[in-house]
Amino acid sequence: MKVLILFAHPAFHKSNVNKVMVDGLSATDSVTFHDLYQAYPDFDIDIEREQELLSQHDCVIFHYPFFWYSNPALLKEWQDLVLTHGWAFGSKGNMLKGKLFFTAITAGGPKASYTNDSFNGYTIQQLIAPLLQSAMLCKMITLPPFIVYGTHAIELPEVMKQKRIYSELLRQLAEDEFEVEAALEYEDLNDYITHKMK
Amino acid sequence: MEGDFFYQAFIYLGAAVVAVPLAKKLGLGSVLGYLIAGVLIGPFVLGFVGEEGQDIMHFAEFGVVMMLFLVGLELQPSLLWKLRKSILGLGGMQVGITAIIISAVALMFTDLAWQTALAVGLTLALSSTAIVIQTLNEKGLMKTEGGQNAFSVLLFQDIAVIPILAFFPMLAVFELQHIDSGHHEELWLNSLPIIWRTLVMLGGIASIIFGGKYLIGPAFRLIAQTRLRELFTVAALLLVIGITLLMTQMGLSPALGTFLAGVVLAQSEYRHQLETDIEPFKGLLLGLFFIAVGASIDFKLIGSSPATIAMLVFGLILIKLIVLFVIGKVFGMRMDNNMLFSFGLAQGGEFAFVLVSFGLQNGVMDAATADPLIAAVAISMALTPLLMMVNEKFIQPNFGTKEEDDREADVVDVQNNIIIAGFGRYGSMIGRFLQANGQQATYLDIDPNNVDLLRKLGFKVFYGDASRHDLLHAAGAEDAKLLIVTVDVPEKAIEIVKTAKEHFPHLKIISRARSWSNYSDLIDAGITNIYREYLESSLRMAADALACSGFRAYQVERAVKKFKRHDERLLRELSSQKHEDGSFLRGGKRNIEELERMMLEDMENDAKDKDLGWDVGSVKEEYAKFFKAHFDTDTPSNFSKRYKGDE
Repeated sequence: MKVLILFAHPAFHKSNVNKVMVDGLSATDSVTFHDLYQAYPDFDIDIEREQELLSQHDCVIFHYPFFWYSNPALLKEWQDLVLTHGWAFGSKGNMLKGKLFFTAITAGGPKASYTNDSFNGYTIQQLIAPLLQSAMLCKMITLPPFIVYGTHAIELPEVMKQKRIYSELLRQLAEDEFEVEAALEYEDLNDYITHKMK
Repeated sequence: MEGDFFYQAFIYLGAAVVAVPLAKKLGLGSVLGYLIAGVLIGPFVLGFVGEEGQDIMHFAEFGVVMMLFLVGLELQPSLLWKLRKSILGLGGMQVGITAIIISAVALMFTDLAWQTALAVGLTLALSSTAIVIQTLNEKGLMKTEGGQNAFSVLLFQDIAVIPILAFFPMLAVFELQHIDSGHHEELWLNSLPIIWRTLVMLGGIASIIFGGKYLIGPAFRLIAQTRLRELFTVAALLLVIGITLLMTQMGLSPALGTFLAGVVLAQSEYRHQLETDIEPFKGLLLGLFFIAVGASIDFKLIGSSPATIAMLVFGLILIKLIVLFVIGKVFGMRMDNNMLFSFGLAQGGEFAFVLVSFGLQNGVMDAATADPLIAAVAISMALTPLLMMVNEKFIQPNFGTKEEDDREADVVDVQNNIIIAGFGRYGSMIGRFLQANGQQATYLDIDPNNVDLLRKLGFKVFYGDASRHDLLHAAGAEDAKLLIVTVDVPEKAIEIVKTAKEHFPHLKIISRARSWSNYSDLIDAGITNIYREYLESSLRMAADALACSGFRAYQVERAVKKFKRHDERLLRELSSQKHEDGSFLRGGKRNIEELERMMLEDMENDAKDKDLGWDVGSVKEEYAKFFKAHFDTDTPSNFSKRYKGDE
């Protein structure tokens, strides 16, 4: 399975966790790491190229830092322009049909702060609903998110641990070892991989 | 001799400078001003000029020739074709009927021979092209229906002069006189049989049309390529004078010849440059012509028989007026247009002077007939601006119906909202971009190669200096919305901006600036959208340099934008300070000082981080502690109260 990571980080030069997370990602054949802010600093997205990329892959990952409970602006622009009617959705828009979709998120707060009765008021699964529903509309198979929590206070060992999980996730996807049905049972893909690794 | 010339020039020019602005101020129009100036300096008032006024008039008639050339330039051949009905119909009827009625009246009230009466009729049927067109232009009425029809009639008269001149010798009743006027010597052509003469004439006209279409364009291109502006003016004058000579040699009206040349050149890209070059000469000569007409009015004659002259003038104007009005009605002209048409053409013309002296030479009339005729024609010409004013002020408001403004739409050609001054490397980029987005622009350029290229591609392009308001006017600045100034020469850009601001205040102007000082001058000229030509590409290059040294593309993008804003602000600041200390940005040393100041400001500017929104430093500082205190366990926290901002 070929995996496309759409990475969106407007201030990557200030990032700590994501620098580690994406390091070496573009090294494998079956994983394409696509750095959107690097490719389109002027927001002038090449729609044809993006659609071409999408059709060449079987799994699409939105990888971004969780800013204001949402994704960075360029990723929204990407959705608006690339997911066109008749191509991505609608009765004749079947180009994404059956492909896997999930988000890989780095969030500042710890997992416990993302509950309905806690500091952030909602779970991340709830907060990414627009993305999941968009993927549904494009007839994609939506998976639980991959989340690195607590990046505001994270230590390097924890980052390295998450990096190993992310790498394993990508490897399983690439080598077709990933079990969709099983993964759907979990809240997030971190849990699924952790269980499989045990 | 030379002193004499300068003395004369001084008198004429001085009279014009004094009288014309006064007349304009009084709302009388420039033509009347010139005429009054002529009367004042003439032999009967101040006596500055004497009989040589006649010679000056013959010389100044060349102004009429130039005027018709300009009129021709304004007329596309297709428009001329559209006017054919009114030229032949209106013009033919006017000349024919007026001539017959005046001849009949002359036969009834005088004891002239019928031949002389007919000659008088034909002579007086013609109107004054110079006065009518000049006045109509000045009032902006040339493109109205009345103006167009008046023009058609005048055009027919210009053509009709030729057969009339040929016809005159057959009307001789007196002994042939040999007045040595020097202006109407026997032409070699007259010795040829009539068929040959006609063929030569047709050949002459054909050569003007052919030459205008195929030879003049390339010739002007070559001349324009020398980039000597005055050479172009010289060539334009040479063209007009050459045609005049050619036509005179063939016994044709020079005015008609230049008019034809003008029409042929109306589609040429050099049209506007020709216009701007010939215009001042025409104005000068025409002014001279009007002064000469004024100076030649023979007050002694008028004084000796005032009643006769008054009757003649009154009768002449009345008959012409009525004939014109009736014809106008027959041709379905609306009231107000017909009024303008009738009052405009109700005078004798400069051709009368030619015809009368020709008639004298050929024994068609004697001096007793000719002198009062000349006086009456001159007075009727002088009265024309007054008559038109009377019509405008008193008759039209009461009897005419006001013309709607939207009637002339078909006369004006396609109008673009955008005018681009300069189509070099810089302007071409703008033009191409606009074109690619379906925006048509009108181009003005001084480089003949650019003009050629644009023309070949079917763009609307004019050759000429965009800082001249008449060229801007011709390019449609009146109705355009945006003027883009991209010319190479900074001083030129400022000139263009100033001209446009003065004459077309509604135009939005955006301009290219070549340097800091140019930029600052443009700000002073009141322009806010200014584009320094090197700014974008140098910053783009700097940005790529930054990217090469490892900066993220988006970071670079934002840095560039930030720097550009900062730079712009700084330049505006410096520019406004210039006025306080009186000197700034001029000379190399100054530039270095300003650069130093700018670089210091740059460093300070850099310290102000714009990306604070993405900077998690302070967020971490605050929230990390908080999260640690409440969530730092492996088991989910039972923390249930929302964060209130205080721990």
